[in-house]
Amino acid sequence: MSELSVKNLHVFRGERHLLRGLGFEVPAGCCLQVVGANGAGKTTLLRVMSGLLEAESLELTWRGERVEPRDPEYHAELSYLGHDPALKSDFTAAENIAFNVGLRRRVASQDVRSALARVSAEKFSDRPIRSLSAGQRRRVALAALWLSGTRLWMLDEPATNLDAAGQALVASLIQEQLSGGGLVMAATHQDLGLPAAQRASLEIGVHGVRT
Amino acid sequence: MTVRRTTAFSAAGLVLTRDLRLAVRRPSQLIQPLAFFAVVALLFPLGYTPELGKLRAIAPGVLWVGALLASMLALESLFREDASDGTLEQFVVCGQPLVALMAAKTLAHWLLTGLPLTLMAPVLGIALGVPVEAMPGILFSLLLGTVTLSLIGAVGAGLTLGVRRGGVLLSLLTLPLAVPVLVFGARATELAISGESLMGPLYLLGALAVLGITLAPLAAAAAVRIGLE
Amino acid sequence: MNWTWFHRLGSPPHIYRIAGTLTPWFAWPAGLLIVAALYGGLVLAPPDYQQGEGFRILYVHAPSAWLAVMIYGVMASAAAVGLIWRMKVAHAVAASCAGVGAWFTAVSLVTGMLWGKPMWGTYWVWDPRLTAQLILFILYLGYMGLRAGIDDLGRADRASAVLAIVGVVNIPIIRYSVEWWNSIHQAPSVMKMDRPSMPLDMLAPLLMMLLGFTLYFAAILLVRLRAEILRRERTASWIREVLR
Repeated sequence: MSELSVKNLHVFRGERHLLRGLGFEVPAGCCLQVVGANGAGKTTLLRVMSGLLEAESLELTWRGERVEPRDPEYHAELSYLGHDPALKSDFTAAENIAFNVGLRRRVASQDVRSALARVSAEKFSDRPIRSLSAGQRRRVALAALWLSGTRLWMLDEPATNLDAAGQALVASLIQEQLSGGGLVMAATHQDLGLPAAQRASLEIGVHGVRT
Repeated sequence: MTVRRTTAFSAAGLVLTRDLRLAVRRPSQLIQPLAFFAVVALLFPLGYTPELGKLRAIAPGVLWVGALLASMLALESLFREDASDGTLEQFVVCGQPLVALMAAKTLAHWLLTGLPLTLMAPVLGIALGVPVEAMPGILFSLLLGTVTLSLIGAVGAGLTLGVRRGGVLLSLLTLPLAVPVLVFGARATELAISGESLMGPLYLLGALAVLGITLAPLAAAAAVRIGLE
Repeated sequence: MNWTWFHRLGSPPHIYRIAGTLTPWFAWPAGLLIVAALYGGLVLAPPDYQQGEGFRILYVHAPSAWLAVMIYGVMASAAAVGLIWRMKVAHAVAASCAGVGAWFTAVSLVTGMLWGKPMWGTYWVWDPRLTAQLILFILYLGYMGLRAGIDDLGRADRASAVLAIVGVVNIPIIRYSVEWWNSIHQAPSVMKMDRPSMPLDMLAPLLMMLLGFTLYFAAILLVRLRAEILRRERTASWIREVLR
């Protein structure tokens, strides 16, 4: 029983017909790992799936219903973590999480604290983002992702700038999401250490010929 | 964990308070348009004449052109930072109506530039020989007019999101659209200075503001979506 | 959403061929009408009792001013169609309109100024029509500037479409505000085209000129549209067949 199903996905970027008739399915509790060479369209695919980029054509089914990637109901169950972690450098880590998650759901300050603890970032909870390293910022963004409690995660290179412990953290967050019945689409070449039943992989760009 | 969804209204409130708090932490961005407005208005006595009688005649134009340019100056930063740090992407995917979030950002821009510019206008008016009795009229017309300027500006700032060094282009796009505000606003100020009733142009300014509030957030949201692609 | 797919692949060559077939049907009547109207306006029509021979610039000024406004309307409509129904050819139409519209606006401004010299003794008077025309010119410049400023064609199409729609909502407001402004400051206005007393031998060439200019615009739009389609579809295979 697949919760997310995509058929007939075509995307043009400029004059390039980047994604040609892509189709895939993701069942509940499964992580679809998107792999491909640089420029193959991994980011494009995740942005299209998140409704940030318009596809030429796309048949998207989410939990048994046809949806458009821009439907607010679909967005309410979806989190997107892109290259830029949407953190304000003048705000503290805790303030940023409270705002970013607060757009979606009510958060109390103990929720924010537990989210920061989940990513081992409670130390810099009250430090402005400006003073954090790129890896520390990534952890704060991961904390917001974890706290948002959405069912579908779109992760574009989630482990960027992270050390070995941080990469293990990404893997464990994904595992936690999957064991709760959630879905993940991740553009990453990292080995997430998932059992075979919980992972699938989608290679794109194999027929990304120029028109 | 029980999850309670945020309503569109409180999401907009969050955006508004966030922008206000950000501005407080970086007061230079708040002060720059005000200083610009003051400098522009105070250049006229130096460049034209110190005679208050003559300055009074051009005061409506000076005040309105100055307010227009100053509010434009603050526009460039309206979306730029949110676009570059990924915040606008989150606005689109957070499941809240983008129109409401855009309206909140526009309101924040008005509270941070339009309102202070309006409050500063009487001070500059005195330096231009405007009688004190005219101040309520000037305040009220600027209050209505700057709302529309912020709304037009939000559309322009959204449209120039994907443009490198879009500052000049932003002025080129928004200035012609701001002509009606300038015309009605300057006329209202002129009537206030000569002590006549300024209800006519005030109604027109109010109509523009209502039209802007209705349509501009829609256009700004469409522009931002396109700009993010 | 299969029909958008159809639009992308199906329409451009189709439109390209239709535009090519239609062009002479607009171009020839336009040429004949303009020549006839020039003869009627410059030779047959009597001099104006107030303005003498100088009024004859009307035969170029008025049609240009009319086209300047109308083309913005066409451009905004095409842009709206492109935005709402995601039709690429409509965006190409809007893109082809901008340059022509800006050009006619410039022509109407220059002819207006040339007309103003004998009438008012100066090249520029803040006449409401001229002022509104000047603002329209800036709107065109902004539209073209936005298009040029965005690298990605699809994004440029859609962002400029939003601008065109915002502009078309604003043009009547701008025109009204300028008229209102003028009625207060009472600048002289000589260019009243709506005089009911205009005799037929003056009016007929003007109407012919209006129609001629409009047809000329249609022809030039089709030519530019073909060029725009070629530019946009330069990598598509149908181009090779068409240009063989």
